[in-house]
Amino acid sequence: MADDHADGTTRREYLYLMTGAVGAVGAASFTWPLIDQMNPAADVLALSSTEVDIGAIKPGQAITVKWRGEPVFIRRRTAKEIAEAESVKVDDLRDPQADKDRVKKSEWLIVRGSCTHLGCVPGNRVSDKKGDFGGWFCQCHGSHYDTSGRIRKGPAPKNLLVPPYAFLSDSRVKIG
Amino acid sequence: MEKQTYSNPIIRWIDDRLPVFSFMDHEYNQFPMPKNLNYWWNFGALASICLVVLIVTGIVLAMHYTAESTMAFDSVERIMRDVNYGWLIRYIHANGASMFFIVVYIHIFRGLYYGSYKNPRELLWILGVVILLLMMGTAFMGYVLPWGQMSFWGAKVITNLFSAIPIIGEPIVEWLWGGFTVGNPTLNRFYSLHYLLPFVLIGVVGMHVAALHVTGSNNPDGIEMKGPQDSVPFNPYFTAKDSVGMGVFLIVWAGFVFYAPDYLGHPDNYIEANSLVTPPHIVPEWYFLPFYAILRSITFDIWFIEAKLIGVVLMFASILVLFVLPWLDTSKVRSCRYRPTYRWFFWLLVADCIVLGVVGAKSPDDPVLGFEMFKYVHLGMLGTAYYFFHFLILLPLLGKIETPKPLPDSISRSVTGGGGGAAIGATSAKGEKA
Repeated sequence: MADDHADGTTRREYLYLMTGAVGAVGAASFTWPLIDQMNPAADVLALSSTEVDIGAIKPGQAITVKWRGEPVFIRRRTAKEIAEAESVKVDDLRDPQADKDRVKKSEWLIVRGSCTHLGCVPGNRVSDKKGDFGGWFCQCHGSHYDTSGRIRKGPAPKNLLVPPYAFLSDSRVKIG
Repeated sequence: MEKQTYSNPIIRWIDDRLPVFSFMDHEYNQFPMPKNLNYWWNFGALASICLVVLIVTGIVLAMHYTAESTMAFDSVERIMRDVNYGWLIRYIHANGASMFFIVVYIHIFRGLYYGSYKNPRELLWILGVVILLLMMGTAFMGYVLPWGQMSFWGAKVITNLFSAIPIIGEPIVEWLWGGFTVGNPTLNRFYSLHYLLPFVLIGVVGMHVAALHVTGSNNPDGIEMKGPQDSVPFNPYFTAKDSVGMGVFLIVWAGFVFYAPDYLGHPDNYIEANSLVTPPHIVPEWYFLPFYAILRSITFDIWFIEAKLIGVVLMFASILVLFVLPWLDTSKVRSCRYRPTYRWFFWLLVADCIVLGVVGAKSPDDPVLGFEMFKYVHLGMLGTAYYFFHFLILLPLLGKIETPKPLPDSISRSVTGGGGGAAIGATSAKGEKA
């Protein structure tokens, strides 16, 4: 054919390739909406902050609040708990992090109440076991957290996550 | 396929245009089956009965169920209390999942014992493993729908497994959830897929059966049929034999439905889902327990790989290893009847799976039989190690070193003890082995 190239490729081969490439890009671009529709929707993303009154919490007490459908622990630590959390050698930890990097006011520890292993909620009531390090114990698979919410023993890989939060006043905190 | 000539003009008219009658006649009436099949060969048919019953009851339940997180639990309670025969239909469906798994597990172990996965049935076996994976996905999502505490926390723990994947793990989990935790979007998509997957299963089961009808059934001797003297037609011999098995099986199923409908379930699932409180002891349904034990058996990091990721990988690997089983087993002899050494290891594997199931049901830190030094997590480690040892090391080696017993000349001869097989013996006198 007149359109054949010197290297032996034909016009038809070129058209096949181009048609196939355009078709593949088109199909792939249509796949993305089908995949992305499963990501959190706009209304889910909009429910992203919670305000909490923490005025009634006494030292040694902890409450559980709901943020984005998940529990958040707000714990007013005792002087002893703070001292324990601050005295730990950071380098020895599985997920090394100093206590001061995990709190804004050392009296208040605010962490997400989901075990970093598989997402169970560690016990946060007075009657629940606190584990070997006085923080939290997750009874699903036996992870122990210390009074800074750091993983110390058991299968969880990471410390309890600290959510974004800000103190609006001495007795109000906004999570998210 | 040979076409039949039917005397009935309507049947003939249809069959000339769409040969469904010829097809059924060929595949289910005259279809030659090895004449030495035992009752372990019932379980494929029983599994297909389970699938049909689950689909029928599931479609009916869907007429009353509400897939919305504030209403799902109540809608299931309404099915139990107010819908006419709702309790019966739901109990048949819920126990049906357990019945499906027990039947399929027996079917799989039947295949392992008699070497049904070997040449030329590798693809048949692989399609079976695909069916198992689809079943597991379907069962898992179905268990979430009643939106009880076990539904919720089972869903959360299992979807959280994917967070073990480095870097993309967290985005994947949020993508699966459609939010920041298991919630209404998760429930809706699980419902959609729980309705879809059984029909995908029907398609794969269709291919499984089609592949079976190409190679024909394996049999307890693990040798091929050599002629008409080795076989009997499917109907009436196996329609009858399968019916006997079905009768017994349906009695067992009905026994659970009417006398112990919640025995295989968990009482926590009659508490509505609460995202702030985890039940004290999360356990999956019994059919996932061995896999759950494997998941939890890794408590130590290996090099830079986190324990959690290794557990997840091993859990999936425990099923994926079955895909390559036809090539891991190097023995040419199929049936355990003629593999004196492998037979012992087969039963060890069965015991290992049961032990793993027990471990999966226990708390990892509980001592085994009161020995403080030896906890269930340790037993789980041993069980997991043995499971993979069996498939990855033992099977390839055993085929090389084991001396199998001599195979019978033919199925017919093994059935009749030699007497009736004289004519057949002559046809296979050249030492031909299947």
